Amino acid sequence: MVKLDSKVPAGHISEKWEKHKFEMKLVNPANKRKYDIIVVGTGLAGASAAATLAELGYKVKAFSFHDTPRRAHSIAAQGGINAAKNYQNDGDSVYRLFYDTVKGGDFRSREANVYRLAEVSNNIIDQAVAQGVPFAREYGGYLTNRSFGGAQVSRTFYARGETGQQLLLGAYSALSRQIGAGNVQMYTRREMLDLVVVDGHARGIIVRNLLTGEIERYAGQAVILATGGYSNVYFLSTNAMNSNVTAAWRAHKRGALFANPAFTQIHPTAIPAHGGAQSKLVLMSESLRNDGRIWVPKKPGDTRKPNEIPEEERDYYLEVKYPAFGNLVPRDVASRNAKYVCDEGRGVGPTGRAVYLDFADAIKRMGRKAVEEKYGNLFEMYENITGDNPYEVPMMIYPAPHYTMGGLWVDYHLMSTIPGLFVLGEANFSDHGANRLGASALMQGLADGYFVIPYTLGNYLGTERPQKVSTDRPEFAEAEENVKNTIKKLLSIKGKKTVDAIHKELGHVMIDKVGISRTKEGLEEAIKKIRELREEFWNNINIPEDDKTLNQTLERAGRIADFLELGELMARDALNRNESCGGHFREEYQTEEGEALRNDEEYSYVAAWEFKKVGEWELNKEPLTFEYVKPSMRSYK
Amino acid sequence: MAEKINLTLNIWRKESPEAEGYFEEFKISVTPDASILEMLDELNNDLEAQNKRPIAFESDCREGICGTCGIVVNGHPHGPIPKTATCQLHMRNFKDGETLYLEPFRAKAYKNIKDLVVDRSPLDKIIQAGGFISVNTGNPPDANSIPIPKETALQALDAAECIGCGACVAACKNASAMLFVGAKVSQFALLPQGQPERYERVQAMVNTMDEMGFGSCTNTYACEAECPKGISITNIARMNRDYLKAKISSHSMQY
Repeated sequence: MVKLDSKVPAGHISEKWEKHKFEMKLVNPANKRKYDIIVVGTGLAGASAAATLAELGYKVKAFSFHDTPRRAHSIAAQGGINAAKNYQNDGDSVYRLFYDTVKGGDFRSREANVYRLAEVSNNIIDQAVAQGVPFAREYGGYLTNRSFGGAQVSRTFYARGETGQQLLLGAYSALSRQIGAGNVQMYTRREMLDLVVVDGHARGIIVRNLLTGEIERYAGQAVILATGGYSNVYFLSTNAMNSNVTAAWRAHKRGALFANPAFTQIHPTAIPAHGGAQSKLVLMSESLRNDGRIWVPKKPGDTRKPNEIPEEERDYYLEVKYPAFGNLVPRDVASRNAKYVCDEGRGVGPTGRAVYLDFADAIKRMGRKAVEEKYGNLFEMYENITGDNPYEVPMMIYPAPHYTMGGLWVDYHLMSTIPGLFVLGEANFSDHGANRLGASALMQGLADGYFVIPYTLGNYLGTERPQKVSTDRPEFAEAEENVKNTIKKLLSIKGKKTVDAIHKELGHVMIDKVGISRTKEGLEEAIKKIRELREEFWNNINIPEDDKTLNQTLERAGRIADFLELGELMARDALNRNESCGGHFREEYQTEEGEALRNDEEYSYVAAWEFKKVGEWELNKEPLTFEYVKPSMRSYK
Repeated sequence: MAEKINLTLNIWRKESPEAEGYFEEFKISVTPDASILEMLDELNNDLEAQNKRPIAFESDCREGICGTCGIVVNGHPHGPIPKTATCQLHMRNFKDGETLYLEPFRAKAYKNIKDLVVDRSPLDKIIQAGGFISVNTGNPPDANSIPIPKETALQALDAAECIGCGACVAACKNASAMLFVGAKVSQFALLPQGQPERYERVQAMVNTMDEMGFGSCTNTYACEAECPKGISITNIARMNRDYLKAKISSHSMQY
């Protein structure tokens, strides 16, 4: 067992962070340059952290598997970023943003972390604007906001549908400035394959140079992981092709606990897969549900074209089941019901895994021009991808995994259970509980990188005063050996199956049994199947070419090997949690109306899993207490 | 499901940065609903199943925003459809029986690493030289303390939408990076936050661009035509004006 100490400071929630900033140790300016800090991942969280730490005077080494830090998947976030500015004078406040986020997370997040997130949200907007991020503005020249799900105020800042891109490029520019100044050494096309732990503290990493295949050692007095989420365990997700869990997972196997792996978010409005050749899913903005009507045929196996199905033979199932909210029910409810109707054989499209999102009534009501003004670019994108014109035939949508709330366990300082190893952004578990609200991912990544880690890292260094370690130490040699052996093993299998084929099979099991809706039997079956797949992977995959060159199949194989272990842990976590909350829905635990039934008595805790050996974990619990936001039930009837 | 189409692919192969490149022919049958990169995914799966060397190509978001992908299709960087990144190019745009030539982005400043993969890191070097506003993380003024006209903010955003894919360089007969650099220079030149470093920035970025081996602009507009985000050539004009102004005003003379 690991003793989990959240290190939440004492005091009223609104004073904790401010007070704690004063209590934390500092590193004096002259000493900062004596510290080498390793940052892995250069998306929103990693780039903002690397830039800020370098500005403070630390010597930073930043690593990315991309060719440039500007590629990170943060770039694809469309909607916006929340902040409690209350520019709209509509009753927003830090407390309200905190309240909405805890409630939206279905009471499975840590109150103190969430409050701090809300508290620094305003600084992020100021920082981004100072960097030249061109947010949307009113005619008077002041910033404008839009509203998003889970909130009754307008607090979302945005730049067209490209908010993630603009914020990432802002952080990238800050990082580039520090690279140019020589304060950050940027290592691109490097993939972290192991963590080096010396005397119980994180002191380095082992990376593979993706172009030459060389295995390299890097030492530092602290290691920061900002390596994103693990939705690609499902094979088809909205995550970028290269997003993976490997850095976090290898750290997990070195002793960092993995928290709430079953908490994943499945977005209801992605463009459905066109068939087996699909490699990735594309998200459509949720705003479409404001005017589109979701339906499927009443009769299973109805292959008529949508326009040939008369009104009385259509089932507008959300409107029927949830008359108050209709098509605007929350993400998880919409996703779940789409799955149910498709499971009944009433799904549409070539694969039968899709539902209609119909704008015919909206066009009748508002006129085509108004619809075009509101959704024109989305319709265009849809037509470009599917070849169908949504003004004439209903769109087809289907849920897709797109964010993971679970991740490496961290305390209030964002430090994992390995001292000196910090985890930021989507890679940690801390702020979103069992469900993340829209426009909160960008906020968390930047809060962690710009405004939290600069303080908490200083406290660690000031308290521990870690000395420089040499990469000649046996711990580095051991970790390098470990990496080399894994690569050797992967290349020597020379079996019959492709890496992608196994990944697809894993994805099927995960989405089917550990996806939108879960049951005890299904999860047990998933564990069995995942173990079989893992066995098959290690005995029957084939990787052409060697490890001395750019070998993208080898890169993928290493990542799939980790997904095959993580997938099992996700199923175990889901099996352990005998309740439904947020993105985790267990069919056995629902109200009579089919709503998620939380069990606060028994499951108001963070499930933090300790790695023992492959397929074996020990559960550690961090109890959650809610002093400020009292747990309540959701209802959308 | 839509009927499959048959294509002949001539794909650029190069085993290592030092090796000689050549075209290899593949016959393929593909669903028109697939993107060109999904077609390559499938082809690679088949090659791997036969223990043959798959085609190295880069991509990540597959939504046209990250700028990682980039293949020259029949002579056009990102293919023949305007304002479309390679990952968003769907096979329904091609006819049954067609022959496609797939090549990497070619430019003096880009090293061809393997097959369709090139090294575009010189573009990063240009940003590192000045593609930023020098503000440390801390306590900048309230975001609403400087009103910026809506139109100005939108123009800056138009320029800021550049995805850094480097297609403009591959499209240009001089392998110039002026559209890429012009877009970043313009974003900051338009905004009040960018004014203090405006003239130092343009000089630093343009000089680095020259050092990296990118060519000069001869106004053929090929970059604008091939840009997947439709970045306007007016950004180059704005950059040129600023560069000239910087050169003739002695106080901002740097070099």
